[in-house]
Amino acid sequence: MPDSVSGAAKVYVFGTCLIDTLFPQAGLCAMRLLRQAGVRVVYPQDQTCCGQPAFNSGYRDEARRVARAQLDAFPEDLPIVVPSASCGGMLRVHYPTLFAGTPDQGRAEALSRRVYELSEYLVRVLDWSPQDLGPQVRVVVHNSCSARREMGVADATLALLGRLARVEAVEPERATECCGFGGTFAVKQPEMSAAMAADKADAIAATGAEILLGQDCGCLLNLGGTFAHRAASGQGAGPRVLHIAEFLWERIHDQ
Amino acid sequence: MSNSARSRILARLRSAQPDAPRPDVVVPARRFDWTPAERLTRFRECLEAVHGEVHLVGGDWRQHLFGLLSQRGVRSLLYGDAGPLGASPAIGWPDPDAVRLIPYLKPVETWRESLFADIDAGLTTCRAGIAETGSLVLWPTPQEPRLMSLVPPIHVCLLEADLIYSTFAELMAVQGWARGMPTNALAITGPSKSADIEQTLTYGVHGPKELIVLVVAPGTVAGP
Amino acid sequence: MTSDLRGRIGTALGQDRVRANIRRAMDGLVVKRRNAFADAGELGQLRDHGAAIRSAAVANMADLLEELEQNCTANGIQVHWAEDAAQGNRIVAEILDRQGADLLIKGKSMVSEEMGLNAYLEARGVEVVETDLGEFIIQHAGEPPSHIVAPAVHKDRQEIAALFRSKFPNDLPAGPEGEGIEALTNAARGLLRAKFAEARVGLSGVNFAVAETGTLCLVENEGNGRMSTTAPEVHIAVMGIEKVVARLEQVPPLLTLLTRSATGQPITTYFNMISSPRRLGEKDGPEAVHLILLDNGRTRMRADAELQDSLRCIRCGACMNHCPVYTRLGGHAYGTVYPGPIGAVIEPQLQGVAVQGELAWACTLCGACAEVCPVRIPLPKLINRVRHEGVRSDVSGSGVLGTGARRKSLEALVWRLWALLHAHPSLYRAAMGLAARLRWMQPRRLGPWTRTRSAPRLAPEGLHRLVREEGIDVE
Repeated sequence: MPDSVSGAAKVYVFGTCLIDTLFPQAGLCAMRLLRQAGVRVVYPQDQTCCGQPAFNSGYRDEARRVARAQLDAFPEDLPIVVPSASCGGMLRVHYPTLFAGTPDQGRAEALSRRVYELSEYLVRVLDWSPQDLGPQVRVVVHNSCSARREMGVADATLALLGRLARVEAVEPERATECCGFGGTFAVKQPEMSAAMAADKADAIAATGAEILLGQDCGCLLNLGGTFAHRAASGQGAGPRVLHIAEFLWERIHDQ
Repeated sequence: MSNSARSRILARLRSAQPDAPRPDVVVPARRFDWTPAERLTRFRECLEAVHGEVHLVGGDWRQHLFGLLSQRGVRSLLYGDAGPLGASPAIGWPDPDAVRLIPYLKPVETWRESLFADIDAGLTTCRAGIAETGSLVLWPTPQEPRLMSLVPPIHVCLLEADLIYSTFAELMAVQGWARGMPTNALAITGPSKSADIEQTLTYGVHGPKELIVLVVAPGTVAGP
Repeated sequence: MTSDLRGRIGTALGQDRVRANIRRAMDGLVVKRRNAFADAGELGQLRDHGAAIRSAAVANMADLLEELEQNCTANGIQVHWAEDAAQGNRIVAEILDRQGADLLIKGKSMVSEEMGLNAYLEARGVEVVETDLGEFIIQHAGEPPSHIVAPAVHKDRQEIAALFRSKFPNDLPAGPEGEGIEALTNAARGLLRAKFAEARVGLSGVNFAVAETGTLCLVENEGNGRMSTTAPEVHIAVMGIEKVVARLEQVPPLLTLLTRSATGQPITTYFNMISSPRRLGEKDGPEAVHLILLDNGRTRMRADAELQDSLRCIRCGACMNHCPVYTRLGGHAYGTVYPGPIGAVIEPQLQGVAVQGELAWACTLCGACAEVCPVRIPLPKLINRVRHEGVRSDVSGSGVLGTGARRKSLEALVWRLWALLHAHPSLYRAAMGLAARLRWMQPRRLGPWTRTRSAPRLAPEGLHRLVREEGIDVE
């Protein structure tokens, strides 16, 4: 698809490893949306992972090694748009910590200042108004903890959805409570993680919304996986689970 | 033994000291520009919200006191003789013998059991009120000791209306507390309570079950 | 392989009654706090002030403790220093011995829990009576506290009634009346009142110790704190050394932060500011006041530039009230004196990462705790730091107790390989391409994950490839 305007603003997109391996369509839709909004998109092939899995597991040397490769992969002074508040949070909030006192401190800090979560960039920077071609629908939004607290973009996501004329977006009860994914937490404390996921899934189901949306594929993996497991054991189908980028792309194309 | 612990603790702390000690943090206190009438209203609302009882009385506070005590079947009242209230709290009572007046004359060691068992109510003055939180502020004196406002199940307190400050910070600053603190400076905000059982409030768990404040005109109380 | 902590958590998750009690209580506290801080601007400012006051106090702790000691001593308070819990316990025991006292009444003190004081004294024949209603309940139930502010939060009225019936059968009316909250409270009141009248030594904690004036500040709602510090002849106050603050004028902002964060109260029923024993002419109050300054690992915490922030804590409990893990478990599952987010940071430091480092893993790093901490302790950042301390290989750079003790060679190898793969883009792309082609081999069962969730499925083509096909610029 050609760029809307030549000489338009240019952004990097950091796809995230989760999207790369499990949900590439979400990443693709994110880039298509940005192009639709009039922006040139660059996806450096050398990107891999923000390093958060190692960082949150206590392995800072290993996290730094991988993070340094990302500093190398995104050398230019361009905004970096991330379709994930969790990875975006790692880049923006934790890279300065990770590289403090190292020779890369300067460029890590510089990079961290250029990071945007997708809905944040679309709403607060581009002030993008999407044209909603879809039918009336009720969606439930799971704002991740990273979106809410690390990056402060929960309201941007809701605002973005609010710009779709026939979309009613609700949040579940106890919206601010964690879904229980927590990355390695799901592996280290599986019983607690499952209990939290079950409560969140119940609250989401109780909204009666047909579609579950979120900024973070980790949470969507957790919740979507819970719903799929319930469906497979005969408890009825849960909502469709989509990344906000996928949903937005559908809506502006009446799919 | 404690001394070597002291030097080791301080030594470990000092070896971790930053290069330059941080200056004192002076925090601008929240201010309210309330009038005396607003302060009184606020004081009353806040104290009543936590089950304190507030009465605005005039020079006839002794009559009010009698009425309150009679209502509650109080038979014995502990008070501070030769204290700020000057002469007896029972002057002008319709029935002076209805309530036994017990001055707190002797150190508690001599009559501890009786204090805990035989006193229905205690009457004190106070040093100030705080409007923002509906609090009374008491400093103990030889005439009005600490246990007076704690042990008897009912605590009645006289508060002069012009001693109500807007905030705790203001009170401390105006009265210059940092220049010298008493044995025990105390802020009382309502009767004793607990919510430890199913978060349900229950009163008089250890301190007084009732706190009654008689707000009187300035000058009513003789003391400092 | 399930650790003790994971086992306790699994058990706690199955205790529906406790979970319901905890959830109900925590929901209430969350609402109360929110209502007490309705003005977001005021809250933000107060937290900034609180953080500034407390971090300055931590930074200047040595000077402030000396000033505190000097002023307390001038006021007639006897100051003792204890390097560890054992020393602190001995000091308390010696004071009791000197008084010839075998009864001690206690106001609530988390530090005394940390010291294991009750068990120590009881083994020496001292009757220790907890007078805070919540502590009284758990003392008679033979349990530790479940929360640092509301110790019996895990119990409901029926459980407490059953406990009181079995322990104090003569102090409750017969029938359903004896199970009401009024009756239970009256029973406790009567029993404890006798102890207040009898006891010659009382013990309390300290919420803030003001260096400027040598003043010990105590918050409470019941009056048992006042009883324990006024009625007996001797008052012993125990405090962690981090509780010192510089100036009297710093107390009002800290006080309002503490009470509103903890229970949503503008102020507690009683706020005591104790500066000396009984003075000449006074007729009550203790003849002797002792202050025990306890280190027990705090100087070591202070030595770490990042972790020292955890010493700012004013023990309000807001972090655990808002924690999605704590509110599903209560405190007992943690198995520590301090549970919840603050526990996950300080217990590994106090007891060592080997012993308690796993607490830092019972956390999703959701950040709800940091959002409400009145003194802006960056709890998720410190929890992540504790994780790092557990597994780091370069332990020489750290003074944290037990640093590196949780490092396992297999896990370390896995992360080294992971880093190798993800730091080399061409290797990564090749590996992901291979994985996608071999995705027919991916397992449907993936340990505990697939007990409650379907397994993730590798996409047929990764984003790196799709981007090329889409014609998106790659540089």
